Amino acid sequence: MPGAGAVIDSGDRAGSEDLTFSIRGLTKVYHMGETSVHALRGVDLDLPTGEFVVLLGPSGSGKSTLLNIVGGLDRPTDGTVSFRGRTLGDLSEGALNRFRRDHVGFIFQFYNLMPSLTARENVGLVAELARNPMRPEDALALVGLTDWMDHFPAQLSGGQQQRVAVARAVAKRPEVLLCDEPTGALDSETGISVLEALTGVNRELGTTTIVITHNVVIADMADRVVTIADGAVHEVRRNDSPKQPSELAW
Amino acid sequence: MVIRWLAILDRKLVRDLWHIRGQVLAIALVIAAGVATMVMATGTHRSLDETRAAYYDRYRFADIFAYANRAPEGMVGRLAEIPGVARAESRIVDTVLMDMPGIVEPVRGQVLSLPEDGVAALNAIVLRRGRLPSTHQPDEVVVSEAFAEAHDLLPGDALHANLNGRRRDLTVVGVALSPEFIYAIAPGDFVPDDRRFGILWMGRDALEAAYDLDGAFNNVSLAITRTAVEEDVIRAVDDILRPYGGIGAFGRDDHPSHAFIDGELEELEALTTVVPPIFLAVAAFLLNLVTGRLIDTEREQIGLMKAFGFTSAGVGWHYVKLVLVIAVLGIGIGFAGGYFTGRGLTALYGGFFRFPFLHFSLDTATFAAAGLISLAAAMAGALMAVRRAIALQPAVAMRPPPPASYKRTILDRLYLTWAFGSEGRMVLRHMLRWPLRSSLTALGIALSTALLISTLFFLDAMDEMLELFFFDNQRQDVTVSFTLPTEDAAAADLLHLPGVHAVELFRSVPARLINGPLRERMGITGRDPGATLTLITDVDGFDVELPSDGIVLNDALADDLDARVGDLLTVEILDGRQPTLTVPVSLVVREYVGRAAYMDRTALNRLVGDGQVASGAYLIVDSDQHDALFYDLTHSPAVEGVSRRRASFETFQQLIDQSMGTTVIVYIAFASLIAIGVVYNSARISLSERARELASMRVLGFYRREVAVLLLGELAALTLIAIPIGCVMGYYLASLMVQEFGNDVFRLPLIVETSTYAYAAIVVILASLFSGALVARRVARLDLIAVLKTRD
Repeated sequence: MPGAGAVIDSGDRAGSEDLTFSIRGLTKVYHMGETSVHALRGVDLDLPTGEFVVLLGPSGSGKSTLLNIVGGLDRPTDGTVSFRGRTLGDLSEGALNRFRRDHVGFIFQFYNLMPSLTARENVGLVAELARNPMRPEDALALVGLTDWMDHFPAQLSGGQQQRVAVARAVAKRPEVLLCDEPTGALDSETGISVLEALTGVNRELGTTTIVITHNVVIADMADRVVTIADGAVHEVRRNDSPKQPSELAW
Repeated sequence: MVIRWLAILDRKLVRDLWHIRGQVLAIALVIAAGVATMVMATGTHRSLDETRAAYYDRYRFADIFAYANRAPEGMVGRLAEIPGVARAESRIVDTVLMDMPGIVEPVRGQVLSLPEDGVAALNAIVLRRGRLPSTHQPDEVVVSEAFAEAHDLLPGDALHANLNGRRRDLTVVGVALSPEFIYAIAPGDFVPDDRRFGILWMGRDALEAAYDLDGAFNNVSLAITRTAVEEDVIRAVDDILRPYGGIGAFGRDDHPSHAFIDGELEELEALTTVVPPIFLAVAAFLLNLVTGRLIDTEREQIGLMKAFGFTSAGVGWHYVKLVLVIAVLGIGIGFAGGYFTGRGLTALYGGFFRFPFLHFSLDTATFAAAGLISLAAAMAGALMAVRRAIALQPAVAMRPPPPASYKRTILDRLYLTWAFGSEGRMVLRHMLRWPLRSSLTALGIALSTALLISTLFFLDAMDEMLELFFFDNQRQDVTVSFTLPTEDAAAADLLHLPGVHAVELFRSVPARLINGPLRERMGITGRDPGATLTLITDVDGFDVELPSDGIVLNDALADDLDARVGDLLTVEILDGRQPTLTVPVSLVVREYVGRAAYMDRTALNRLVGDGQVASGAYLIVDSDQHDALFYDLTHSPAVEGVSRRRASFETFQQLIDQSMGTTVIVYIAFASLIAIGVVYNSARISLSERARELASMRVLGFYRREVAVLLLGELAALTLIAIPIGCVMGYYLASLMVQEFGNDVFRLPLIVETSTYAYAAIVVILASLFSGALVARRVARLDLIAVLKTRD
């Protein structure tokens, strides 16, 4: 796996120079009536470009909050997230939208496809937004759905729907792919087919990929494993020999 | 908090309602509009009817009226002895001309005698100011209130009038109302003109002297008993008065004031049959939409309730209560709205009709009927949705509903969707995914368009009607009517008057037209062949040349008589020798204004047997010679009345502007309510169904504006589809209105101008934009994170 190895190497050498995200003192407090919930308590984290990162942690540990802030869906209470040297917290609502549109691909647990569009059209919808998109057909080929392009979401299995979501996310060639429990609603076999699609993209396009999961097995395929607990980074572990998704089982 | 006192399920109800309060209000207002129209129209109808009945009763409005030339006072006793007659009272009634400051032409009036003892047995007047004329003061006069107000006349003021060709300086001593002139129209006019037509009352002795009727009368009023047959009494009266120049007695139906109010009452009734059903149908649809959506989103809760042991009926009742609350809210608002608009409308009528008192009264039956009908409509609307809740099996209900399945549409197959882009395709497929709902939404919007068109078209129709009547059919500047039938030589005399360029004579003869059991009292107008100052124009636009024999009826009169071309009518001439003749109907001409019968003047004169005479003349005059001309006319004993076409037109138009103005505003508001109710509810439901989809798009980097376009695109598309449909429906609704609202005074032409369609479209588009804007704000508030964490 020379490609992936090269990316990890460059991440090591570049240090702070080639970071996609640099997170400092990130704090998020939700005020719910009279109580305050500290979702994040001063997270410091650097994510080098091109890595496949797995965020592990139990429910309520704050990993989704972290992902939402990194993806420009939510704003921190305190601390900074910089994306390639630009601080997200300084951006206006519109500029955050622009950021999502130009740089981030999202994949969700429940796919969130447009039910009224076919697979090809779902991908095309997002491709229309991008400056240099892939052809929807190519993006779908990347996830192995060439034969299903003209099906509506209701006509596809869960795994197929999630692979459409992957194709949709990568069609605009984003710098970052953010995946919140992408296999959470899938059985092991289809889950692995989705993970293969993700690693394929990561390998071929060099997209920095962050995957949230509480499935520890998936950590074996990551370049870097970040464990979050209680709103803080518990451990960052480099994985020098990531496994292929096909080698995983749960 | 009140909510603490409610059962748990009712607390849920209250919170659900609060959650969708915007939609609740929108639907309640649509129901309210329907209820308000019903309450308003019924209430106004009832109030006018009862007020009129009470007025008639208290001031002894007569049942039968008759004119004669000169009947000896002794005849009153014979009239009173006719079987079925309860009371008879003689009077002197004639026309007068008055000089009124600020008006160029002589002002017409009707003068009526008051009994010298001051107490009229019939048609008593209601003194509003001042006093009755004293016995020994022959120049004292009481004037009608409307006329007094129009000219600022107060007791003590002077009034110059021509009685029987002699100028008299009268003194106003009182101002009064009369049940005979609730609606005071000058002969030959269609609407009241308080400045140019007034009623005067003077002492009997004074009028006997003025009109050379010592010991005689020329008018009699009769009250009949409850069991009397009006027609029999009329025949007996005619028999008695014929030798004295009686021109045919008539009942209340032919009494101008009474008949006009009847027409108004009929229109109010028509209002209740056409308008409320539209609102209630729309409300039923909206309730179906909203309850259906609520039940869909609460599937799991319904399953849970059933799993906990709530019965299906209990769950159904829960949602029925929701609908009931909305309906009751709407009915409540409608009651209040109907009550106040009804009072307003009654007051408006009160200004227009002259009543001494006006009771706005509404009975519980009206409220109950309006309430029950609305409740039934609301329940009918919600029933389908509620049945779905009842039918849900708990186990099924607690699973999420299957994902919305879309299919390729016919348009996809035709490759048309490629022209729309992704957003266009989503909009299109969403619309076609729920074809029934989409069509009903479009139908609702179309109905509001139609309602607007059917209201606004009144203005077009009125314009057309006035144009045809006052400009196409009439070319004369001034119409003069003679006191008595006059030889044709009068035309030459009139031509010599200052500023007169052209004269055309006409003959007008009172008659009774009889076709089998149907009889109508009508004036027959005799016109000369080739006359150009007035034309008989069929509504299709061609000028009708009168046949040299036979009678021409207009459609309104032909309908009343059920007469067709070729039918033989019995015509009782009520003038001169009063012959009874048989005349064929030679033509039926369609006209918008009034009822009319026309004949060739020579033929008419021949039938009546008067020789070649005229009842009046149409003149073309120089407007800068008006003063001199009108001075001469006012002071000629041969002239009974003068009217200026321009003035009649302006009065008519003013009346229409006043009465239509308010109505049009109310209807624009009502129609906008429907449009807003439909569009807002559809948009809210669309938003709730697609929140997840729309939030996903926001997450993917679509701007709020782009997402809103997706949501509102569908409504925009439906609105644009609905408007042309609404235009067609509006046209048909207008034609329904034309049928419902036609009366003897005027019929509406079915004319809908392009500008009316455009105006209706603009109002509906604005209402849609307003609702769209309300919902678009919510797109901004979509919770992006929450929506991604949950399943559909």
